[in-house]
Amino acid sequence: MDTAILVNLSYIASSILFIVGLKMLGSPDTARRGNFLSSSGMLLAVLITLLDQNIIDYRYIAGALIAGSIVGYFAATKVKMTSMPEMVAIFNGFGGIASLLVGSAEYVSGSFDSPAFLGAIFLTVLIGGMTFTGSLIAYGKLSEVISGKPYLYKGQQFVNGLLLIVIMIVGVNMLFIQSYISAEQTLMLLAFLAFLLGILFVIPIGGADMPVVIALLNSFSGLAACAAGFVILNNVLIVAGALVGASGLILTNIMCKAMNRSLANVLFSGFGAAPDTAAQSTEEQGEVKPITAQDAYLILEAASSVLIVPGYGMAVAQAQHAVRELGELLEDNGAEVKYAIHPVAGRMPGHMNVLLAEANVSYDVLVEPEDVNPIMETVDVCIVIGANDVVNPDAKDNEGSPIYGMPIIEVDNAKTVFVSKRSMASGFAGIQNPLFFKSNTRMLFGDAKETVSTLVSEFKG
Amino acid sequence: MESQIILLIFILVLSIFLGVELITKVPSTLHTPLMSGANAISGITLVGAILSSGSSETVTIALGTAAVFFASINVVGGYLVTNRMLGMFKKK
Repeated sequence: MDTAILVNLSYIASSILFIVGLKMLGSPDTARRGNFLSSSGMLLAVLITLLDQNIIDYRYIAGALIAGSIVGYFAATKVKMTSMPEMVAIFNGFGGIASLLVGSAEYVSGSFDSPAFLGAIFLTVLIGGMTFTGSLIAYGKLSEVISGKPYLYKGQQFVNGLLLIVIMIVGVNMLFIQSYISAEQTLMLLAFLAFLLGILFVIPIGGADMPVVIALLNSFSGLAACAAGFVILNNVLIVAGALVGASGLILTNIMCKAMNRSLANVLFSGFGAAPDTAAQSTEEQGEVKPITAQDAYLILEAASSVLIVPGYGMAVAQAQHAVRELGELLEDNGAEVKYAIHPVAGRMPGHMNVLLAEANVSYDVLVEPEDVNPIMETVDVCIVIGANDVVNPDAKDNEGSPIYGMPIIEVDNAKTVFVSKRSMASGFAGIQNPLFFKSNTRMLFGDAKETVSTLVSEFKG
Repeated sequence: MESQIILLIFILVLSIFLGVELITKVPSTLHTPLMSGANAISGITLVGAILSSGSSETVTIALGTAAVFFASINVVGGYLVTNRMLGMFKKK
């Protein structure tokens, strides 16, 4: 059989494996097999590509493949589950830079010069480049190498607008005019502008908005691969890239909806940068009632239904194992224990679910806000661990609040609420939380892990 | 050339619609593995990287080889870390 036909048939098979694999990733029972199918599709695509007759020298391919695989292997097996958001961010970035390099390699080899081909290169370099630096900044923010605070400056929108205009000019020159500067200079200038765009795009976005950014960068890494597919006229890149692009966009949309904010608002508003003190009620909201772990234990011991609401604070304190232990002891004590997880809790989509899965919490006791809100009145005790804005009653009661309209977990409707918190400092959004002042709320001050461990030892008694 | 591009755009449009249909109903429990699994798929750019890396021109080889390196981190790391995460999702 003709090699070209064999290669293309294999690419179709790969595409099918990607599609079925992604489909199976949608259900917990089949997800692992789905991931395996998808990786088989990748292996097939890579192996069949190695048969390509245009490949002259295999040494560099082999060296880079082996080196990259070793790095990927160690990164994937050594990473701590709490560092997963950074990990996903950096992998997105590597996908982006790889697509940029593929586009660049095709451009300097100069095999075509039609506007369609050049346009594909332009998009590959632009999207790939901004995915790369955007992911690096996201990585820096998530691992706290750089501040997670939104970075805003005067005239930010103007600078961004200007940058986009310059990129358009370079693009038009590259596609249609091809003068003033050489191909190499065009490429370097475009890559530089794309890198700059990625940086400027992520720095104004705060840590708690990272679930949106990671999902969006995920989408971009797919779109970059898709654009690269148009450069080398390869259908498997287009299919796989488009699938990833679409899935990333859907996740982005889910995250935005969970915050009741538009994508534009997340990207450009620098939410939480400078809390507008004037807009907040400065009046005394009431008394905060602290409680000791010993007293909290007595209430928990009598509870027959307990809802645990984890947030980013649980990840920071690495308290997930202690939380699982507490949950088990409560169950042994006869209580029904559920975990309510807000879609944007943590720093990436599904962050809390991964941490609790790591701690061996069964996924069928993890519930979503809309499942648990209607039955909140029947919950005896709600334990909020390191979550703040996602349980802020202002989101439904106070029209003046910046988070008004955001769907929350309505823990204030439970009979008793325990809030484990390090101090009275406000949450990421810089908003005061009236939950802490409610008559049914008791504050458990201190490190989340220590607090929960104390509760656990009280139970073990 | 032009007809080929049109065909590829056709594939692109259908793939996007397919992707939207596939992903819409994923429970939030699986959002992270879905994202990292999808991310590994975006490493498909490795195919293009291999072709560039195997060419005869020095600059193309250099760019292509760097691309192979980054894309293979993305692919191998992405699939393994997804598998590791999914291994933790258990039901009692």
